[in-house]
Amino acid sequence: MQRHIISILLENEAGALSRVAGLFSARAYNIESLTVAPTEDPTMSRMTLVTNGTAETVEQIQKQLNKLIDVIKLADLNEVRHIERELMLVKTKASGDSREEVKRLVDIFRGRIIDVTDATYTIEITGTGKKLDALLEALDKKEIIEVVRTGVTGIARGENALHL
Amino acid sequence: MGDKLRGAEILLKALADEGVEHIFGYPGGAVLHIYDAIFKQDAVQHILVRHEQGATHAADGYARSTGKAGVVLVTSGPGATNCVTGIATAHMDSIPMVVLTGQVPSHLIGNDAFQEVDNVGITRPCVKHNFMVERVEDLAITIKKAFHVATTGRPGPVVVDIPKDITADVTEYSYPKTVEMRSYKPVVKGHQGQMKRAVEMLMAAKRPMIYSGGGVVIDNAAEHLIEFTRTLGFPITQTLMGLGAFPANDPQNLQMLGMHGTYEANMAMHQCDVLIAIGVRFDDRVTGNLEQFCPKAKIIHIDIDPASIAKNVAVDIPIVGSVTNVLGEMNKMIKSCQFDPMDMEKDVWWQQIAKWRAVDCMHYDRTTEVIKPQYVIEELDKLTNGDAFITSDVGQHQMWAAQYYKFNKPRRWINSGGLGTMGFGVPAAMGVQLAHPDETVCCISGEASLVMCIQELSTCLQYGLPIKIISLNNRYMGMVRQWQEFFYDRRYSHSYLDALPDFVKLAESFGHVGMRVEKTSDVSGALKEALAMKDRLVLMDIVTDQTENVYPMISAGKGHHEMELPAGANRELS
Repeated sequence: MQRHIISILLENEAGALSRVAGLFSARAYNIESLTVAPTEDPTMSRMTLVTNGTAETVEQIQKQLNKLIDVIKLADLNEVRHIERELMLVKTKASGDSREEVKRLVDIFRGRIIDVTDATYTIEITGTGKKLDALLEALDKKEIIEVVRTGVTGIARGENALHL
Repeated sequence: MGDKLRGAEILLKALADEGVEHIFGYPGGAVLHIYDAIFKQDAVQHILVRHEQGATHAADGYARSTGKAGVVLVTSGPGATNCVTGIATAHMDSIPMVVLTGQVPSHLIGNDAFQEVDNVGITRPCVKHNFMVERVEDLAITIKKAFHVATTGRPGPVVVDIPKDITADVTEYSYPKTVEMRSYKPVVKGHQGQMKRAVEMLMAAKRPMIYSGGGVVIDNAAEHLIEFTRTLGFPITQTLMGLGAFPANDPQNLQMLGMHGTYEANMAMHQCDVLIAIGVRFDDRVTGNLEQFCPKAKIIHIDIDPASIAKNVAVDIPIVGSVTNVLGEMNKMIKSCQFDPMDMEKDVWWQQIAKWRAVDCMHYDRTTEVIKPQYVIEELDKLTNGDAFITSDVGQHQMWAAQYYKFNKPRRWINSGGLGTMGFGVPAAMGVQLAHPDETVCCISGEASLVMCIQELSTCLQYGLPIKIISLNNRYMGMVRQWQEFFYDRRYSHSYLDALPDFVKLAESFGHVGMRVEKTSDVSGALKEALAMKDRLVLMDIVTDQTENVYPMISAGKGHHEMELPAGANRELS
């Protein structure tokens, strides 16, 4: 079993997302995360899908995705050097002694505090999923009020690109 | 600038421009504008069925027997949901079909309006693709795309959901000759290098085997397959869906393989050293236990659908492309090598196959006065020279039809192989007969399947479709009963049909001819009599042996070499 990041260009049409989601549930494939938004060309969406499976399963996932009429093109980012990023927003209690401690932690993780009240901080941080996990580990669990993660998105390094 | 037309008229014009001659349908509120447009034209003939499931199976039979897309028109809500079984049936067997479903007016969508369902959502997992038309300006191009997607690549059903207001809105009509879709470009041509490697592997084979399937039929590639097989002199077996693509009466043909395939075909699969799989998908009913599948073979796989390749079985040489293109190219390559075909008399591999054949795995008792179902099929085969169009329902009779009717031509054997849909046979036969008005069309059925779509007998009368229904009546859901006998210690739970209609009277009440046959000695004469009634539908209620089982058989979880043979086969040879 290996984690794969699959990048997909698909028609920006009603129902395209549910075709992809339906394929995964119908064939009992795993989805760890899925993000989707229109590209610079508004007729196309870019989806990033993280899945787990054996080499055979992931090959079959790619073939089945390609078979969907709305899918224009796809690439397995694991096959190339790539960058992966995820955005996380964390709302945490921050008062008294811990207020300064949380700020220091956020600096160490190169995050930013984007909203402040007397008793809370809202933190923004981007990075790989592991980095985001590490920040959550470092924060005091009892103090965390809310966590929002976008799921992974990614892009190939260098000249490699997924485009028409 | 042309005149503006209503959406309903545009739809009918588009169908006519697409070359559609028949549509199968049933009216209702959401499609009334379309039915009004049908009334005002005569380019497209509408066949009024008695249930929407019947419409889909009829369109399916039409498509399977002609290669053209079958077309269905139904209303929203229940009209659309009644189609789901037929759409899934076509999907599993890669049958081109365009299903036009009415939808409530755009402004009511999502309001739980009368006869509203999310039809695009319901059908999504069992279509090749589906569309919802949002503007009347998109209607013609969407119809074009629907036919394009349904009929090219690996074919399949396409649903077009049309809200009622779209059929009333007006715009100018123009129908595109071709359509380009950047996200849909099926690969047709095989890879030269892969084909060359495949030919080399075949020529070096000592115990080769050809395993061909529905893809050959769908792609009209039978002639290429025949040339390929005869030039090489190799043994060939077909899947349930592939029967007829290679003549059953050819000595190179080992007939069907798989769960109820022949002993010789399955043993040859188990022992072969090179397997070429052509237009097949390594279905579980074919492969048996995957751990034991073709253990000694290098495998070449030709298929137009990349997702079919290496889905269930790893292959050594994958070739993505249409069967026609790939076999056409490979035939040329083989010719240029001046290969001597394998000698059926002298070659050791053929001698081994001859020994397996001598086992006589299809043996059954021919001495009884109780009618054996196999005998009925054999007689029908003789009387029609293996040339009739045969549809079937699902169960024991389907397997016997596949085993004992010797299909010599493609597109003659019309059955629900993938989904296994009981009730398919009669409506499918309607579609076949409509497409081939002068041909003999028989539906081999059983009493349990037959009653599942019996209402279509009424449609047959309305349109004068003289199909011959051969119902092998054993009062059981025979295949269920067989599995209960083998695997559930003869606990025949709900597989006996305690109350059955009088099928002769039933046929007569629908305006047709009914016949009951109860003795072996009457079978041949009755079949002749029925086949001679060229302009009447005949329902033959043939009372058969209740205890007969389908043999040979590979039980679930077993390999090809672990077949169970019928009583009377030459076991010592096996």
